[in-house]
Amino acid sequence: MGAASYFNEMHDGAGGIRSHYANYSNWLANTPPDRIARKRAEADLVFHRTGITFAVYGEEAGKERLIPFDVLPRIIPADDWATLAAGLRQRVKTLNLFLQDVYHDQEIIKAGRIPREQIMNNAQFRPEMQGVDVPGGIYAHIAGIDVVRAGDANSKGDFFVLEDNLRVPSGVSYMLENRRMMMRLFPELFSRYHVAPVDHYPDLLLTKLRSVAPKGISDPEVVVLTPGAFNSAYFEHAFLAQQMGVELVEGQDMFVRDETLYMRTTRGPRRVDVIYRRVDDDFLDPLAFRKDSMLGVPGLLSAYRAGRVTLANAIGTGVADDKSIYPYVPEMIDFYLGEKPIIGNVQTFLCRKAEDLKYVLAHMDELVVKETHGAGGYGMLIGPTATREQIDKFREVVKAYPERYIAQPTLSLSACPTFVESGVAPRHIDLRPFVLSGSDITMVPGGLTRVALREGSLVVNSSQGGGTKDTWVLEA
Amino acid sequence: MLSRTADHCYWMARYTERAENTARMLDVNMRLSLLPQPEDRRRQTWMVPLSISGLADNYFERYKEVIPERVLEFMVFDATNPSSIYSCLRGARENAHAVRGTLTSELWETLNSTWLDMRDYQRERFVEGGIGEFFEWVKFRSHLSRGVTVATMLREEPFNFARLGTFLERADNTARLLDVKYELLSVSQPDAASDFYQWSFLLRSVSAFEAYRKAYSDLITPRRVAELLILNEKMPRSLCQCMTEVHSNLVAVRNAASGETERRAGELASALRFGNLEDIFDLGLHNYLTRFVERVADLSGRIANDFLVPVSGHEAAPVAGKVE
Repeated sequence: MGAASYFNEMHDGAGGIRSHYANYSNWLANTPPDRIARKRAEADLVFHRTGITFAVYGEEAGKERLIPFDVLPRIIPADDWATLAAGLRQRVKTLNLFLQDVYHDQEIIKAGRIPREQIMNNAQFRPEMQGVDVPGGIYAHIAGIDVVRAGDANSKGDFFVLEDNLRVPSGVSYMLENRRMMMRLFPELFSRYHVAPVDHYPDLLLTKLRSVAPKGISDPEVVVLTPGAFNSAYFEHAFLAQQMGVELVEGQDMFVRDETLYMRTTRGPRRVDVIYRRVDDDFLDPLAFRKDSMLGVPGLLSAYRAGRVTLANAIGTGVADDKSIYPYVPEMIDFYLGEKPIIGNVQTFLCRKAEDLKYVLAHMDELVVKETHGAGGYGMLIGPTATREQIDKFREVVKAYPERYIAQPTLSLSACPTFVESGVAPRHIDLRPFVLSGSDITMVPGGLTRVALREGSLVVNSSQGGGTKDTWVLEA
Repeated sequence: MLSRTADHCYWMARYTERAENTARMLDVNMRLSLLPQPEDRRRQTWMVPLSISGLADNYFERYKEVIPERVLEFMVFDATNPSSIYSCLRGARENAHAVRGTLTSELWETLNSTWLDMRDYQRERFVEGGIGEFFEWVKFRSHLSRGVTVATMLREEPFNFARLGTFLERADNTARLLDVKYELLSVSQPDAASDFYQWSFLLRSVSAFEAYRKAYSDLITPRRVAELLILNEKMPRSLCQCMTEVHSNLVAVRNAASGETERRAGELASALRFGNLEDIFDLGLHNYLTRFVERVADLSGRIANDFLVPVSGHEAAPVAGKVE
């Protein structure tokens, strides 16, 4: 191994094997590459047959793609996970307290910890939610927290939160299917390692959803709301509904009468108490939000505000996962819990602050500059790979609208051995654990590991050539 | 269960059954057309599948004359023909996809891989293996998905609605097949040997040849064929058996609005169970079967209204082959 500028999950700075990978490395050395290639082909075949695919917009209806699955797992030792889990709990607890506060007394603004306009002028702030009480004060029932491990080859590879996803985070079905696939392909590995199970995620999710039902409902009817079979994440919606044993509904299957939500069934209308919705805020109710939405239910907001139905996640969680709010999360942890963050944020410059702006403009070629409301890589500049021209152009835009931009140092994401065409080689990865909140906060050990399959690439998104891996949290 | 889910289960099963029936019908036609016969009669043979499926108009919009290869292409691979085997297997899969969470994973995977195989089916294989092999494959896949349905699905509403779809489609198909073939075979008077083959092919097309032998251990006569396919309650594709199944599944999903539908299905099932052949032939077989097909269509409509509730904005996957 040469002196790499990134943290390698398997190898230490001197090229030695980290202890939690020793057993695996042994297995890998004794397993012929063509066996791994065969297993990989088998995985593709099974994923196709079982339809574990994502739909691609703009292509012929029924065209579905596989997200590339890498058969080499990402391994996390028990103590690393214990720290991560504590940090995730702390963070999600805080974000829910923040949402409760923002839509009620706004103590954090009164205390001067976050500027009022940062919240009130945020497009994701929903005035409709002001003063609305939600069961248990929980807004983000399901949170997907994107975590990366940064630092150079000799560092200890600290974890950082890159992004909070509190709206409709997806990917958990791949976490579960990847595990099933690994157990099918390489059962022998699971006798060498004590890998913490993740299969009970749907049970945990159902328990959480039932725990936040409207008051007075003893046996709540839970449903999963999907935009429909052509949505890119439809597989996951159907999968979760099936695993929880609840109905998978579309907006057209439901109606509101007397501020109560019903679904149309073969035996007449049936009351719905909790919706795990996988439809964005804007499309939930054409009477309240986008009028052209065919995906929602007219009158849903009124039933929701009346406390007759619970939405998970709540409406308006976007104000807490926005890129312009992200830098304040450590502040929130201090304000609400009086604690120090267990997992840190990535250093972030807010261009709306004069001194930050000055620094950003002077160092654009080193930074990643992002639009606060942008997603999926739009409105973004990656300084080190951009041309002089692109940087100059972007500088003018940032100067004109500084409040719309943030900047972060370019992170060297950690890398994990991955099976690629040339054999086994390191590729950069991230991790999305799924944190569930109800009467308490729980999660299954692990999450979805995404991997950038192109050499040197830091982009793990499946729409841009990213793949996934099984994530093994080792039992202590 | 959700009305929309019930609708998808129902159509998933109907399309699967329809693909199988089309394969059976075409398969028998292939064999019939291989018998020595005058050219005009051979052509007439190839009109039959078009008339049975009510697709003659569609076909003639596209082609001037009845040519066996074109009829086959039209009925098997034509993606624009909503009742081609291709479209039916796609329809079955799309309906299953929309409710995959309600189905067992075994059933979903069966329908999905059937469709993936159909989509990727190489025409060379069609030529090499002969079309007979292809029809065998369609029948086998249909048997498989029905078997998986019975073996893995809970005996709850999704199962009942799938079964309703299967038996309504099958009842409709057996009636049409018998009607058209009966006309065709009884009107002309070919020699006895040819007659035997014609009737035995008809029996084979509904997997009833061996059943006939067992039931009658005697010569094949048109009236007995009719009796077997209409009134025999032990024969899985007979009208009697189909309607008994339709009725019992309707009882299982009964709701506040479905009383009249259930009554009509029960009445029809009883008439078949206690009916006799003389009455049917007094009325005229063609009249009887026409009336039967209408009553099946009436039941389909009533089931849609009672349970499946047409929801605005919802379009069921490919439109069903228009009846009549």
